Amino acid sequence: MGEAIVITSGKGGVGKTTTAANLGTSLALLDKKVCLIDTDIGLRNLDVVLGLENRIIYDIVDVIQEKCKLQQALIKDKRFDCLYLLPAAQTSDKTALTAEGMKQMIDELKQDYDYILIDCPAGIEQGYQNAVAGADKAIVVTTPEKSSVRDADRIIGLLEQEEIEPPHLVINRIRNHMMENGDMLAIDDIVQILSIELLGIVADDDEVIKASNHGEPIAFQPNTRASIAYRNIARRILGESVPLMNLEQKEGFFDKVKKALGFR
Amino acid sequence: MTKQFVTIKGTRDGLTLILDDTCAFEDLLGELERVLTANDIEGDEPMVTVTVKIGNRYVTQKQEDQLRETIRKQKKLVVEEITSNVILKEKALQWKEESEVRLHQKIVRSGQVLEVTGDLLLVGDVNPGGKVVASGNIFVMGNLRGIAHAGVKGNKDTIIAASLMAPSQLRIAEVISRSPDHDTEGVPMECGYIDTSKDQIVMDQLARLAKTRSIMNAFERRVSHG
Repeated sequence: MGEAIVITSGKGGVGKTTTAANLGTSLALLDKKVCLIDTDIGLRNLDVVLGLENRIIYDIVDVIQEKCKLQQALIKDKRFDCLYLLPAAQTSDKTALTAEGMKQMIDELKQDYDYILIDCPAGIEQGYQNAVAGADKAIVVTTPEKSSVRDADRIIGLLEQEEIEPPHLVINRIRNHMMENGDMLAIDDIVQILSIELLGIVADDDEVIKASNHGEPIAFQPNTRASIAYRNIARRILGESVPLMNLEQKEGFFDKVKKALGFR
Repeated sequence: MTKQFVTIKGTRDGLTLILDDTCAFEDLLGELERVLTANDIEGDEPMVTVTVKIGNRYVTQKQEDQLRETIRKQKKLVVEEITSNVILKEKALQWKEESEVRLHQKIVRSGQVLEVTGDLLLVGDVNPGGKVVASGNIFVMGNLRGIAHAGVKGNKDTIIAASLMAPSQLRIAEVISRSPDHDTEGVPMECGYIDTSKDQIVMDQLARLAKTRSIMNAFERRVSHG
């Protein structure tokens, strides 16, 4: 029986989809069977980040409306046999999605997959509620900016009312030099305000944008800071205890991490 | 001679009418009217405020209105207040309700509102965008970074205290103050209350509060203020 994890943030543009794609990839790298679900109806892009756009035939709304079988809509990743994507609809009526329908579908998926990662739309309306409906756990993504921390706080408050485990936190897009200068919120301050468990920190990296433009999640690359960060988060999801990445250290540190991970 | 139902006392602040609390209400009204017309005040006198003490008698709202009506018929008399030694059980329960300290243990996050009747003791933080509201005092054992509104029913004697005071706004009764526009770290162990002379909220160290002001709960306030 698998586990459904919703990836949410409240605010848009903090990296939910990137995080979902990379955690999915990282978990697949660790030999877990993973299904990614994009619930951002009308503004789908998880398929683009994964480079699977051209393979879409059916989408999540077709499944909910029983126009096709669940298996038909699932797209197998081009790199892994154990990574699947259920894409969002681009044109269909978004009211077609209901919390009840999502729950049923995720319960069905849980039979076959180890992890189901749900990419949540921005906002706190129906789309968010649908995305959260079937989840067992939640990951809240924020950046070291006041506005996104504020929205993360709001989302955490809403998640606490759901019947799921206390959410975990991922701080994304950390720019080390700005944090050192005090121009960005410090990690400790963010964790203190949100007071939930920190699952991981991801440095801001140009490579992330490059990779997602190529339809290839950064987690594939063996040695960028962001890819290691995402893989560390995946290992923590599996229950391993991995120390937080030290943002200040450069090359020598990564070599150590590489050794520790035993890179292929 | 029969017992007198109405006693009039003159003080510096006006008249005090002491009404007997054992006779029938109609008799009392009758005599009140007679006594007041007999002591009619002359045309040029200024208005006189009247305090009415009705002892251990409970009067309904209608009866109270009748009392006021009777006194107001005398053009120069203004009823300041009618005080009684007794209240209804219902009212007493309401007072109790409003004077209790409500203990909550949680984080009030952005967009959330925690509202209580009585004093609020919050063990936890109020995050930016969060709001706590109480009819009495507010004590936050944690970081107050959001909005706190004490004395929401209009009580200006209430205070707001926090282990770390870094609010975006403080409100006491109808008085509002906001944080400065530049970023602040917040002040540990601080409290805010209304400075009655300026009618604005002032901040002070919590430790000094005992010297400048006593924290009354709603019940004590009610009893002392009637």
